[in-house]
Amino acid sequence: MQELLDLGHGFSVALTLPNIGYMVIGILLGVLIGVLPGLGGANGVAILLPLTFSMNPTSAIIMLSCIYWGALFGGAITSILFNIPGEPWSVATTFDGFPMAQQGKAAQALTAAFTSSFVGALFAVLLITFLAPVLARFALKFGPPEFFAVQLLTFCSFVGMSKEAPAKTLAAMMLGFALAAVGMDSVTGQLRMTYGVPDLLKGFDFLIAVIGLFGIGEILLTMEEGLAFKGKSAKISAKVVWQTWGQLLRHWPLFLRSMAIGCWMGITPGGATPASFMSYGMARRVSRDPSSFGKGRIEGVIAPETAAHAAGTSALLPMLTLGIPGSPTAAVLLGGLLIWGLQPGPMLFIEQKDFVWGLIASMYLGNLVGLIVVLTTVPWWAAILRIPFAVIAPVIIAICAVGAYTVHSSMFDVVLMLVFGVVGYVFKKLSYPLAPLVLALVLGDMAEASFRQSMLLSQGKLSVFWSNPLVGTLTSVALLMLLWPVLSSLVRGLSSGRRRADLGAKP
Amino acid sequence: MMTSPVKLVMQESDSNQTMASEPRSVSVRWPEVLTALMLMGIAAMVIIDSLRVGAGWAEDGPRAGYFPFYIGLILMAASTWILISQLRKWNASNAEFADREQLGRVVSIFIPMVVFVAGIAVLGIYVSSALLIAYFMVRYGKNKPWLTALVSLGVPLLLFAVFERWFLVLLPKGPLEQLLGF
Repeated sequence: MQELLDLGHGFSVALTLPNIGYMVIGILLGVLIGVLPGLGGANGVAILLPLTFSMNPTSAIIMLSCIYWGALFGGAITSILFNIPGEPWSVATTFDGFPMAQQGKAAQALTAAFTSSFVGALFAVLLITFLAPVLARFALKFGPPEFFAVQLLTFCSFVGMSKEAPAKTLAAMMLGFALAAVGMDSVTGQLRMTYGVPDLLKGFDFLIAVIGLFGIGEILLTMEEGLAFKGKSAKISAKVVWQTWGQLLRHWPLFLRSMAIGCWMGITPGGATPASFMSYGMARRVSRDPSSFGKGRIEGVIAPETAAHAAGTSALLPMLTLGIPGSPTAAVLLGGLLIWGLQPGPMLFIEQKDFVWGLIASMYLGNLVGLIVVLTTVPWWAAILRIPFAVIAPVIIAICAVGAYTVHSSMFDVVLMLVFGVVGYVFKKLSYPLAPLVLALVLGDMAEASFRQSMLLSQGKLSVFWSNPLVGTLTSVALLMLLWPVLSSLVRGLSSGRRRADLGAKP
Repeated sequence: MMTSPVKLVMQESDSNQTMASEPRSVSVRWPEVLTALMLMGIAAMVIIDSLRVGAGWAEDGPRAGYFPFYIGLILMAASTWILISQLRKWNASNAEFADREQLGRVVSIFIPMVVFVAGIAVLGIYVSSALLIAYFMVRYGKNKPWLTALVSLGVPLLLFAVFERWFLVLLPKGPLEQLLGF
């Protein structure tokens, strides 16, 4: 029960007046970011990160993680009222959320979405509270080969679980690693891949990449559609909230299933977006009346929202304990920790107790504050969406430029942001996944360091990755994940071939 | 019955329009090929430079190019695979990248973005932002002059207050700010 004591201590760290203030500011900023097209959790946090360099790390991470919760909540508002997913993970929410709004049940849909988000996040935070210390203690025994194996598993599962083509996932990921290697090599001090360009000496900062890929890229995509917002307005009254809550209680099995899917997808780096789709698909498949989905079923709102929030929150578990983020936004938060001089990983739980438990406590509080804030302020956010895109777009572009500049006070970074913006647009159009690119860019140096240390230990023999049962299992599972697309198509090919043979047709 | 000829004419012109706009789209073929070639080029750069700094083993351990060399190889393999699979279905794949109209809109927002970034270097970020916002509001929003002025001046002023005053983060400034003594 050490965890409960630690958590109690965490609450005493988080529950100060300034920190609660930062929480509310963070949530409000987060919802704003989630509602506006072109600004999302990852790049929103990236833009605001430089502003927090002067704050104390605990308050800063509380504010930044609250921006993340806010963005998760905010995505649901645009999905339900405007049929425009503010975030990729709220695409599945539009399927039943918008029809509900059209039928005049916007308030119920919003209440269901917010409450599901809250419940999903709460479950994931509970998981973090009790699992994180155990995992951190376990990871203390990790050496470089184990760390590299975990990182390998992370990246291989991207290839195995991504719905995009494996070659594209792999290419995007390797591009991230290649960009991460540019600049000075931290071990030998040699310059790599700078090709004599002085601006490349410091390498590519992933914050710039995130702002460009997700911010500018998203603006270009949104502009392509020539946006015209036509939305429903909504007011949430206390009576509707109570009634909907009563209704939600009956769906507890759905909640449990969605939470489990979400947490699993969040810890393994599947992320919130596939989690929401998977959960929606499951809800429809097990339903007695699958054809009524997509026409305004409350289950169609509960399932994706619960899973998305559970995934979004539990993505912080591997980030804190192993230093491996489960989502792009978690990656940006990890970058923040590194900038504040905090090395995420097992030692964090020993050396920075105040920080870790303050953060975990703030997850409980942040989500509670978030639920109250969004339930009470929905009409205003809906009003913000009525501001024409001609006003919002240039403002977002300007904010992205400011964000890119402030990272290193460098004009080159602003130009780089534009380049990444075009890359983001083209990659989105050609369905190259962006998350592995960003994660590889963040983890590149760490993965390289642990790989080189492992090679040093073994004098260049790859067998070090099978030198004990733990690392051997991790590596083998990783390779299995990597080959999963090939294996599954082989199995499918075999079974369909057999079927054809049974029918007597020549293959 | 007076209206029927008019209707007919309108219908005709409608169908003409759709006929004209339908083939005006760009398929994913060339974008796919160009992206794959670009990635292959990057892979080549990574491999060449890794070989330059040494991709092998020195007395004290792996050289600087040891890890990136393999990254470059995998990137080369993956992008070649993408290229080949695109070439193999050259005539079959007709998925749409975007239609002309959409591309036009994307370019029409991207060019002002480039001008804006160039403007930051010359005029500073505040003046450049004001001009960008004003351009969009006049060009796309057809907003009233007073509203355009309010938003395009208000946002940079707010940015100035938040960054330069509140968080003490300095942003690029130009001749105007110098004139005002900042």
